[in-house]
Parts: sequence; C-alpha cells; structure tokens
Amino acid sequence: MTRLGLRVFARLAVLLATLATLTGLAAVTSAQTPDDSLDVTAPPAANLGPAAPGPPLGLTWKDVPNDAGRALELDWKPSPDDEPGRPVVDRYYLERSLAPAGPWRIVDSTVAGTTTRVDRTVQRNIDYFYRVTAAGPGGLTPALSVTGPCRASSQWVNETRWSALVFTVLFFGFVLYFIHSAQSGQMPFVRRIPGIDAIEEAIGRATEMGRSVLYVPGILDIDDIQTVAGLVILENVARLTAKYQTPITVPVTYPIPFTIAEEMVKSGYLHAGRPEAYDPNSVRFVSPEQFAYTAAVGGIMLREKPAAHIFMGAFYAESLLLAETGFSTGAIQVAGTANVHQLPFFVVACDYTLIGEELYAASAYLSKEPKLVGGLKGADLMKIVIIAAVLVGCVLETMGINGFTRWMQTQ
Amino acid sequence: MKREIPLFITAVVGILMILSFFVPHQAVSVPADFLQQCAIIVVAFGYVLGGANVLKLNADAISKRQSGWIYKIVLVVSLIATVVFGLMDGEGFLNPGKTSKWIYDQLYSPMQATMFSLLAFYIASAAFRAFRIRTVEAGLLAVAALIVMLGRVPLGALATGWMPPAIQLPTIQDWIMEWPQNAAKRAILIGAALGVMATGLRVILGIERSYLSGED
Amino acid sequence: MPHWMERLDRRWIFLVMGLLVLLPLLFPLALPLVVSPRVQGFHDTVAKIPDGSTVLMSCDYDPGAIPELVPMTQTALRQLFDKNCKVVVTCLWNGGPGLVDNVVRSIAAEKGKQDGVDFVDLGFKEGREAVMVVMGQGIANAFPRDYQGKDTRSLPIMKTVRDYSSFPLLVSISAGYPGTKEWVQQVQARFHITMVAGVTAVSAPEYYPYLQSGQLQGLLGGMAGAAEYEKVRNEKGSATRGMDAQSMAHVFVAFCILAGNWVQWSKRKKEKA
Repeated sequence: MTRLGLRVFARLAVLLATLATLTGLAAVTSAQTPDDSLDVTAPPAANLGPAAPGPPLGLTWKDVPNDAGRALELDWKPSPDDEPGRPVVDRYYLERSLAPAGPWRIVDSTVAGTTTRVDRTVQRNIDYFYRVTAAGPGGLTPALSVTGPCRASSQWVNETRWSALVFTVLFFGFVLYFIHSAQSGQMPFVRRIPGIDAIEEAIGRATEMGRSVLYVPGILDIDDIQTVAGLVILENVARLTAKYQTPITVPVTYPIPFTIAEEMVKSGYLHAGRPEAYDPNSVRFVSPEQFAYTAAVGGIMLREKPAAHIFMGAFYAESLLLAETGFSTGAIQVAGTANVHQLPFFVVACDYTLIGEELYAASAYLSKEPKLVGGLKGADLMKIVIIAAVLVGCVLETMGINGFTRWMQTQ
Repeated sequence: MKREIPLFITAVVGILMILSFFVPHQAVSVPADFLQQCAIIVVAFGYVLGGANVLKLNADAISKRQSGWIYKIVLVVSLIATVVFGLMDGEGFLNPGKTSKWIYDQLYSPMQATMFSLLAFYIASAAFRAFRIRTVEAGLLAVAALIVMLGRVPLGALATGWMPPAIQLPTIQDWIMEWPQNAAKRAILIGAALGVMATGLRVILGIERSYLSGED
Repeated sequence: MPHWMERLDRRWIFLVMGLLVLLPLLFPLALPLVVSPRVQGFHDTVAKIPDGSTVLMSCDYDPGAIPELVPMTQTALRQLFDKNCKVVVTCLWNGGPGLVDNVVRSIAAEKGKQDGVDFVDLGFKEGREAVMVVMGQGIANAFPRDYQGKDTRSLPIMKTVRDYSSFPLLVSISAGYPGTKEWVQQVQARFHITMVAGVTAVSAPEYYPYLQSGQLQGLLGGMAGAAEYEKVRNEKGSATRGMDAQSMAHVFVAFCILAGNWVQWSKRKKEKA
C-alpha cells in the first residue's frame, strides 16, 4: 500500500469509527434513563399543633405534546385549606408508582398555591400512577386523588413549528431552484455593491504603494457563519493579491479558522496561477482573546503599515479600536459585518462598509459563481415572501382575525 | 475521499440538527442531544490545538529572530507560566490565594479593562474626524445620534426637564429607540438571518466547499 | 476658523475626554436620574417571583464590561438575596469566571448567604449554545462540579434543581456572544421561562424586539440602566457615581461631532471663496 493510501485508509478508519461510536453511544444513551428524580423528603407528621390540611382532589394527567415522550403534566384542585394568609398548607408532594396500590415514591414537590406540575423524569411508553398530597405544619394529608395509568408518548412532528417548517422548506426550495437555474445559464442580476468593488480598488492602491494588504476575518470561531463568509471572501481577496503580487497578512483568532485561512490563501494563489508566491507566514494564529488579538492586529497596522485593511466577519467591541488605529496609518479600509451593533463604528471609521447580508452576498458577488449567485436570488425572493406575510398579518390583525398570527407563533 | 467523507459527515449532521428542531421523536432528538454534548468536548480540545499552534509559530519566529522576537519570548514565557501555575494550583485554581487567581486579578483583568476603556477615547476622535454630514441621510443620522446620546444621560433630562414631557430629550430618545430603530434593526436581522440560512444550506449540501481545502 | 483645528492632534481630544471622565468621578455632580420603563420592568419582574425561589443567573462577561455589568449584577443579587431567593450562577465566557465569582461572593458575604445553600457558582463551561441546550437536559449534567470543584449534586441548593423548569426566572447579564440573544433563542423560546436581561449599552438596541415580543420582561442597558436600577432600589452604587462621568463624555462626543462638521464646513467655504 502506498503512503498516500495508508493515510487515506487511516483517515477513513478514524471517521468510520467516529460515526459508529456516535451511533452506538446514541443508542446507549437513549436506553439509559438515569434516575434523576428529585431528592425530596416528606416532613414527619406533627403530633401537636394545627390539624393536617384537607386533601387536594381532582388529579388529572395529560401527555406533554411535541416531545420525545419524557414528560407528563399533572393538574389538581387545591386543598380546601390552601388559602393566602392561612399557614395550613406548605407544599404539595407529587408521588408516582408503577402500580395503583404502590409502592409510592415522591418525585416532585411544589409550594402551596400551585396546582400543576410537569414530571420530566418518566420513561416513554410505560404506565405510571400518580397521587398528590398536601403537607403543612399539621402534617401530611392522606392522598385521596390517584390517577392513572398515565403514559408519555413521543411525537414525530412538533405541531407548534409548522410555520417555521413551511417557511424553511419554501426558502430551501427557492435557493435550490435558483442555484439550478443559474447553473443552467440563467444568471440573475446582482446590483452593484460599492463596498465589494472597493476591495479590488484597495488592493490596487496597496500594490501602487508597494505595501501589503491586511485581511481580518472576524474574531469568532468557525461555528459562526460570518467567519465562514469571511474566509470564503478571503479566497477571492488572496486571488487578487496573488494576481497583483501584493503581500497579504491574515491574523486569525482560533485554530480551526487558522487552518482554513491557510488553505484559502493557498487556494487563491493556486487559482491565480502563482502557487510559488504563496508565503506560509502570511496567515498568523494570534489569540482567541478579544483584546489580545486587537492589540496584536493594531501592532501589525502600526509596524508593517499595510496600505489596505479589509475587515470581513464577526466583530464586537474591537471594531472601533481596529478601524481608528487603521485610519491613523492612512490605510484605505473596507469592512463588512452582520453584527448590527458594530456597523455604526465601521460606517463612521471606514471608507466602505458592507451591511448585514451584503457580507454573505460578497462571496457570490466576487466569484460570480452560478451556485452562489443563485442562492442570493433565492434569499431575495424569500424576503418578498416575508414582507408579504408581514403585510397580510398586519391587515388580518387589524381586522381582528388572529389565526394567521397564531399559526406564525412557534414554541 | 479526502473531501467526500467530510462533506458527507457535514451533510448528515447538518440535516439531523435541522430535523431535530421539527422532530421531537427520540430517533432524532437523542442523537442530536448527544452531538450537542460532543460539540462541547470538541470545542474544548480546540484550545489544546490552539495552544500548541501558538507555541510552534512563536518558537519558530524566535529561532529565526524575526522582527519583534523579544516580544514573542514574553508571550511564550507568559503562556507556559500561566499553564504551569494553573496545573500546580490544581482544582479550584481560581480560588483566593492561588497564583492563578493573582495572575487573573492583577494582570489579566486590568489589561482587559484597559483595552476596553480605549473605546471612549477612540469614539471621541472618530466623532470629530469622521462623522461628516454630507448628505440628508447623514444629517438625519447625526440628529438622531445627538438626541440619543444626550437623552440617555441625566444631563439630557436636566436640560429639557422644563419642557412638556412629550418633547423632553429622554422621551424622544425612547421613541427613536423603540420604533424607527427597532424597525430598521429587525429588517437587517431578518436579512442577515436569511443570509445565514443560505450560507448554512450551501455548506450542509456541499455546494459551498471551499472551506475544506480551497480547491473546487 | 482657526487653522489649528484643521490639524488638531487627536491626543488633545483624548486628554480632554480623560479629564471629563476623571473629574466628575473625583467631584460628583449628583445629576438626577430618570427611571425608564424597561428598567422598572426588570425590577418588577424580579420582585414578582415568590420569595425563596431558586433563580438562574448567567453572567456572561469578562473584565472589559466591569463598569457596565458588575453594578447591575450586584444590584440584582442584592434584590434576590433580600427576597431570600437562592441563586444558581453560571458563566459562559472563558475570561469571566474569576470576576463573576468575586462579585457573587462579595454580595453573598454582605447578605450573610452561604455557598452551596443559598447560592452556587457553577463556573465556566465551554460550548456556548451547546451548554445551554445540555442544561435543559439537567443542570447537574452540564455542570457536574461547581466552580470550586465540589460535586454539584451533593449541594443542598441543587437538591431541588433539575432543569429549567426548576427556575421561575432567568437573569441574563451579558456583554455579547454567547449571551442574552442565545439565551432567548435556545432557552426562553423553548422552555418559556420568564427572563430579564442586563446588557452593555452598545448591544442594548439589539434586544428591543425581544422586549416588544414579551420574551424579555425587562432590560438594563449599560451603565445608565444599572444606575436607574440602583435608583429604583434606593442604592448608590458605582453605576450611579459613573453616570456623571458618562454624561460629560456624551456631551463631549456630541460637541466633537458638531465641531468636526463645523471645521469641515468652514474649510469648504474657504475653498469656494
């Protein structure tokens, strides 16, 4: 077996083992039901003092809907002695058994005044019996109200999320349709986004001045979509810097985006036909710590004086620090983020700003790839649907028809 | 295989997590919950990877005497010292009296707070330098900014306290934040959310795969 | 219009800002505060929960947010302890647990509350939203040990805590991500727990939609919100003292906007002439 084959085999084995472990552990986890009932102890019966409270009655149960069969809701009528200001009832104890005659175990307790409780410690498809007792300074009342058999069952669909499902399916359908349509040759029109056009202008300026380009892909980890968008744009920027033979510096916060950024820059140089010009030191892992990263990037700006700064990704409090420091060096600055609370700082301090979803559109705009541009059109159509839904909802609510609003509410 | 298997895993896990929002049944929810717990462990291991990366890169730069290599020595020494003290302090390493607690209280906390406090100065210089009213929209933005800034502090209430309540600065500030600002913010959030969904869909279905190795 | 303003070194602006922040801290102006409905809502929601309840408080911030978020954390803890509520504290920011623990213990000591009985600091857990979801399966599952390494399940306060249903209230004090938005999306929307939040001033506008929809019952925004909360509680904490400095800073920034535009306008007028 060749070395490459061994490597591939090893990776395949690791991935398969991981999948098998995940599946096996999931099965084991679903079978295990840890005994996580609460440790509640009933108070001893009092010998002297006030009498025990009257018993609660009318205990009923129902299966909690839209779950995996792990909860039952119990409701009861309060003890006749449970009144505000009368210290006769302290608590209610909820007891459970597998048979109508017991043995009973306390699974929960609640303060006086409450008449409902959800037991989330049940196993699905098993019959239980419940009773509720009242306790107070006078002691514990015998339980007169027993209900059962109660059974929790799981449901396949969360009925409160139909609207989210409909809109999600609609949206995915739009995106996939327009991706297919774009790949068949029907490229949709995308309006000019000045901020994205400015990226090439900024790189050109850096080339003229003989200085480098600084690219900051945000400060969050790869699990944030803005970081993914920032790294995808990086590939296009690296392609341009390779074409213009301009050095690029990419400081990164987390290890995984660091390895991906390396690949993106390498790929950019490869696609520009200049793989030999790729500098492995252009991508630098700095620190996941927000202000340590900010200090490091500020240092790069002041020492190396890149002529163009491009900020694309998720930013927080460091946005103004970076932009103002960058301005002091005289660099042209283009920023894009979907963190709306940082947009004002970028708008004020940078030359061009991409607002919100323009960041996600940038990769499509720069690459002009049909599959990315098609996705943009799908998102735009979905916005029209949402606007229509908002208008329809407003009109219906004004007329006193609440059905649509209720259907749109998810839980 | 190098790319197909990760794409397959991404697709399977991504679709499972989306399904888990709509399907409460244990066939979907139990594996999804398990994956959520795994995510915590994987993210924690990322720190180990990151620490090793920092050491490797900076040790490389020190050995090659790259520019600023002395500062890199400070970084490496600080990193190793913090880890060593943390290990020596053991469980409860941030309890009072421990060295790690001293490092946190006397070094980390003040430095963090100091960096954050730079914002106050930078906001003032950015306001003087860059906030230019060149268009009608910029003018509206400036007026709104002035009203909100002054309305949020006691001075604004004091300065306009003699006016009818409806036109006092705090009242107008509240109205701006409650209505036009909210509406605009919602619109941006909806657009950004759609962008997130579209990007996520592309990643899950393998349409967007440049994050894997950069090659199509 | 003086030429020097066109070429003003920004360090003069920094100096003036520094003085305007420092002097009111040394010589307080005691400017009167006006309490907003959002802050009143925060206070009233906390006041409405039954005395003696167990409350979940997530303090998701680090030392950068001390001036804004520590005062509101302190005031909220005081209000909860005055109601004899028990408090379960978590932190989802890796730079925050030491700070949060200091804050919680200092207020607990002030109110004579006992660790493990009246409050517990569960410390930090990496995982962000994943931690919030795992807590829904069991708080002790997500935090088997508290901040000091004690077994969570053995603590008296945790005997009556299972998952989010054990809490009548969630208090989220956050400086960004992960924070209030994630708590609303992952926890409030799924488990319908009553929730109030305290956030930094820059991110407060982001949560107004949640206030309008009723997902948040109250919101403290930055140091101003913290100061108003202190006023409602008749306390004079660091937020109240800081509002004088913040007032001067805001006025100065407003002046900078106007001065900068006046400089630009004068320059353009001169060039046209």
